[in-house]
Amino acid sequence: MEVAKIDNVTRVYQVGQVETQALRGVSLTIENGEFTALVGPSGSGKTTLLQLIGCLDQPTSGKVYVNGKDVSALNRNQRADMRRGTIGFIFQFFALIPTLTAYENVEMPLLLNGKSPAERRERVNHMLEAVDLLDHSHHRPDQLSGGQQQRVAIARALVTQPSLILADEPTANLDTPNGKQVMETMVRLNQETGVTFVFATHDPRVIQYARRVVTLRDGMIVSDGPNAGQFVLEKATAD
Amino acid sequence: MIHLIKMAFRDLGRNRRRSFFSALALGMGLSLLLLMASVIEGEVRSSMDLSIKLQSGHLQVRSLTYDEDKHSLAHEDLVADPESVAAQVASLEPVQAASPRLYASGIITVGEETAGVNLLGIDPDSDTNAPYRDGIVSGQYLSADDREGVLIGSTLAANLGLSAGDDISVMVNTANGDVDEQPFTIRGTYATGSPFYDESTLIMPLAKAQTITQAEGYASTIFVLLKDQDQADAVSAALKSSQYEVLTYRQMNALLSQIQGMSNGYMIVLYLIVLGITATVIINTLIMSVFERTREIGILAAMGMRPGRIMAMFFAESTLLTAGGIGIGLVLGGLLVMYASKVGFYIGKFGIEGMLLSDRIYARLTIESAIALIITAFVVSLLAALYPALLAARLEPVDALHSGN
Repeated sequence: MEVAKIDNVTRVYQVGQVETQALRGVSLTIENGEFTALVGPSGSGKTTLLQLIGCLDQPTSGKVYVNGKDVSALNRNQRADMRRGTIGFIFQFFALIPTLTAYENVEMPLLLNGKSPAERRERVNHMLEAVDLLDHSHHRPDQLSGGQQQRVAIARALVTQPSLILADEPTANLDTPNGKQVMETMVRLNQETGVTFVFATHDPRVIQYARRVVTLRDGMIVSDGPNAGQFVLEKATAD
Repeated sequence: MIHLIKMAFRDLGRNRRRSFFSALALGMGLSLLLLMASVIEGEVRSSMDLSIKLQSGHLQVRSLTYDEDKHSLAHEDLVADPESVAAQVASLEPVQAASPRLYASGIITVGEETAGVNLLGIDPDSDTNAPYRDGIVSGQYLSADDREGVLIGSTLAANLGLSAGDDISVMVNTANGDVDEQPFTIRGTYATGSPFYDESTLIMPLAKAQTITQAEGYASTIFVLLKDQDQADAVSAALKSSQYEVLTYRQMNALLSQIQGMSNGYMIVLYLIVLGITATVIINTLIMSVFERTREIGILAAMGMRPGRIMAMFFAESTLLTAGGIGIGLVLGGLLVMYASKVGFYIGKFGIEGMLLSDRIYARLTIESAIALIITAFVVSLLAALYPALLAARLEPVDALHSGN
């Protein structure tokens, strides 16, 4: 079953008098449970594609479907509702709210979804345990390392049990051990929960975790297929 | 909602100094407005109280043709058999006291010095004249059968260099249009709290005033004090007759009522100006906050926070800032008002016809004024949050997420 489908999508940005074509007729289908990497150099359109799938942006032309629903022409509130119930985000920068503790950051999407206190408590603790940060639940972001912050962000993205997690350069600001830990956490949660992960990266050490690699260049998909780095996934699972 | 408030509280705590000074600006504006509102209220109320106590009473019963500006002494303009009328009025349950008064214009002569005065004939034993009895500062009060004694205001006494025991000559108009002049002895000097009144009013027993003005058996008015001034209209209606005119203190102090109405209008304009200025501080604080937290707004939007809820977040911050400002304002303003209500402001001799002012203004803060001011401050501050809140809510999530990159 497809979680997301992009049908001949273009995205043109107008900056002053200059038009920049970020995507040029991209079509892509993401199936349920995938662990897919969008790869390519800077400016290839990876982030733009993630933003369109994530209902953060709208295509200039073409259609974007999430869970079978056309999200190309939704208004702001409808897109917010779609994101809240269906999609989790992990960003390159450690996108936590600095005034909230790790627990409260993870709790925030559940608050927005109107979950009961008891359900929030159970799910937040479960997710913090899943990313091995339960004993850091009352720490503020500035009391956590970069890797820990990103794992909190993963917990936050997963806590609503979305059908799709979109991660934009999730390890770009992490050193190798922390980056490895974050990727292994993502792989494990993909396998345990079955949630679909799509992540953008140009780091070869990260690409090797993907089961499917979609390569973009100049706003177009130039290759799409299974990844030879499957052994890493198997190794992570075995650990 | 609680989480929204909690977040707003922590967000304000990120830059405690800025948040504190924003709340302080509102607090200072509010405290000044509380002081001004209480001083104006105190001034108007004190003026009204003085006027009721000394000039108008709560009610006056007069002849239909009486003209108070002319101090008419023609018999047809006066109340006949005033003691009997006063007794009838005093028999009504809501009436605290009622007594006749006679007004005339006169001139005091002391050696080469002269001064124009309002001559006031009173029943010294009536409770309506307690302010004069209680206000004696030197000498003694009058007795009803005193035929040669007068009371003189302390300001007038000081102006003419007079004191208790001194002799003066008093010239008055009479009922038949003549002028009579008689010597009197100052029994005492009084102070009412209104230098203007104390400079212009000479008091003598009613019987003597009736004699010297040739208005025996008549009075200008029946001066009535009620137990509860809110009963004025009801008692006025009960006393209504074809023979007399009954005026309430509001009718007799129309100028004061107008000034009170005007001052209320001015205060509202002043509220809006001062609170408008403090609102700009709040707008500035919240706009800074939006700019500093643009990426966080993007993160919240990415999580599915609707624009309306993002707006609510900034309204919550504004509400907390306003609550803090109001708290500071109530403390600062409370101290200022407390000082001004105990010590007051000395304004010296000031007064106009129809409006008596005490030489010292004391602040008086009513619950209504304080609540009106607090509500206005809240509304203005919430309106101030509208623009920053809209600014935050209208941010495109994609642009917000990439701000600062």
